Amino acid sequence: MIQTYGSKPTRDGFGEGLVELGQKRDDIVVLSADLTESTRAAWFKEKFPERFFSMGVSEQDMMSTAAGLALSGKVAFACTFGAFAAGRAWDQVRVSIAYMKTDVKIVGTHGGISVGEDGPTHQANEEIALMRILPNMTVIVPCDALEAKKATIASASYEGPVYLRLGRSGVPLITKEEGAFKIGKANLLKDGKDITIIACGVEVYEALCAAETLKKENISARIINLHTIKPIDKDIIIKAAKETGAIVTAEEHTIIGGMGSAVSEVLAQTWPVPMEFIGVQDRFGESGDPKELFKLFGLTSDDIVKAVKKAISRKR
Amino acid sequence: MAKQPDINELKRIAKDVRIAIVRMLAAAGSGHTGGSLSMVELLVGLYFYKFRCEPDKPLCNTRDIFVLSKGHGCPALYAVLAQMGFFSPEELSTLRKIGTRLQGHPQRGLPGVETSSGSLGQGLSIANGFALGARLNKDPKRAYCLMGDGELDEGQVWEAALTSAHYKLDSVCGIIDYNKFQIDGRIADVKGLEPLKAKWQAFGWEVFEIDGHDIKEVTEAYDKAEKVKGKPSMILAHTVKGKGVSFFENKNKYHGVAPNKEELERAIKELELQ
Repeated sequence: MIQTYGSKPTRDGFGEGLVELGQKRDDIVVLSADLTESTRAAWFKEKFPERFFSMGVSEQDMMSTAAGLALSGKVAFACTFGAFAAGRAWDQVRVSIAYMKTDVKIVGTHGGISVGEDGPTHQANEEIALMRILPNMTVIVPCDALEAKKATIASASYEGPVYLRLGRSGVPLITKEEGAFKIGKANLLKDGKDITIIACGVEVYEALCAAETLKKENISARIINLHTIKPIDKDIIIKAAKETGAIVTAEEHTIIGGMGSAVSEVLAQTWPVPMEFIGVQDRFGESGDPKELFKLFGLTSDDIVKAVKKAISRKR
Repeated sequence: MAKQPDINELKRIAKDVRIAIVRMLAAAGSGHTGGSLSMVELLVGLYFYKFRCEPDKPLCNTRDIFVLSKGHGCPALYAVLAQMGFFSPEELSTLRKIGTRLQGHPQRGLPGVETSSGSLGQGLSIANGFALGARLNKDPKRAYCLMGDGELDEGQVWEAALTSAHYKLDSVCGIIDYNKFQIDGRIADVKGLEPLKAKWQAFGWEVFEIDGHDIKEVTEAYDKAEKVKGKPSMILAHTVKGKGVSFFENKNKYHGVAPNKEELERAIKELELQ
């Protein structure tokens, strides 16, 4: 059995981290594009109203304003849904934040299809790709609320642009308070020798569940929580490819350009092994209950199990 | 006693800046001639009169911030910064060449250049952010942002206009280089902006409409803008694209074309007579 400690959305962990940061540091400022409650920026606003800036439904203006605040010596957290942070405001993120290397932390909540009922326009399945292709950008996808809190706090001390990808719905708490979190350093959650499942975000829990099922079939799966997509932890990926000979990646994001693609870019140039990609196929999301959507889109632990078997069968 | 501008000296500087602009553009073989020449007095009146900075200490704590939102006008900014002493005028000849700090559009890091730009419409938001930060820091810095007229087609400018007014950012001073042309042609034909003064007023701004080539009017506008309280100021400066060289003036062909060798010689001759 996988040990969990209840369930909580990663956005809640972000909100907690933000409040803690606000208490410790007076250079932290927060901006929100009319999604203050949804992104949990409201928790900061309540405690530090003078350091909170309401930007209205103007994501583009928010990103460049955050860059200006950073130029005045602040660490600025700009909060909206991932779909709008990376979609509507991508050019502002590119020029005002990434190119200028301003100390802005872009917070995209409501990542992936787990947004559920609001449907495709609000389900960001593309932002990991859109953000990681930008020079100077760091991309973090925490797997649970506690990791999201740690990532939030770590981002504030990490110089330069960061994209934090968070979710709307509750996800099981699987990491521990004493567990390490270092930007750019992936965490090995479980050792194994037949296959490595590299996951990020909510798919880390699905990967752990898949490993339990595989164990019953005598397949030993290594599980890596690749919370930082960029800069990517090449060493742990190459080591896994060498030692287990096949890789399955799992992410709540399109398989084109996302975390799986980033892993394959590393391996194609170093130690190519059979790979399978769990993620959203080349399509938009749709409305529905998140659990049902995960089945429909092939993101469950059962789907990971199937992919593992396929990858192992392709070993030479 | 308020500082008085030396109008004749500023006029002389503007002439030198124009000569430096056409020289650097000709040396680069590409770049934006028309929109660089139209903004010269706006920059000279700011940097050599109103703007607080220390060229030998570009990041000093007491500096104002200038955001060139119309990034393609950077030859004018580079020429002014070199004249101010932020870097050597010799570096101007490296414009647009490989390895240069003088990129085709401004890049943060060149002394005196705090913001990268080129993709239009982002500067006013950056100036607002800087002003909000300065307010938190209880710092009297002012944030200036120079925009093009064609740039006002960008929706983000109007998002930012709402933000400046909402936060009553009286330390923000916008400047519009209203030269009446954009790449595709006359503003009025491509996408009309009028009534432009009324638009900014309706957005909650104090607007000063001036002749952007009259250095006295320019310096007075900066003085007046500084005294506005409780709302942002906009200097709506009527200008001439390609100003100072007869065969560039109002010739939109020179929006993104540099003078050739022959044109350069003629341009310098004309400018030296002014």
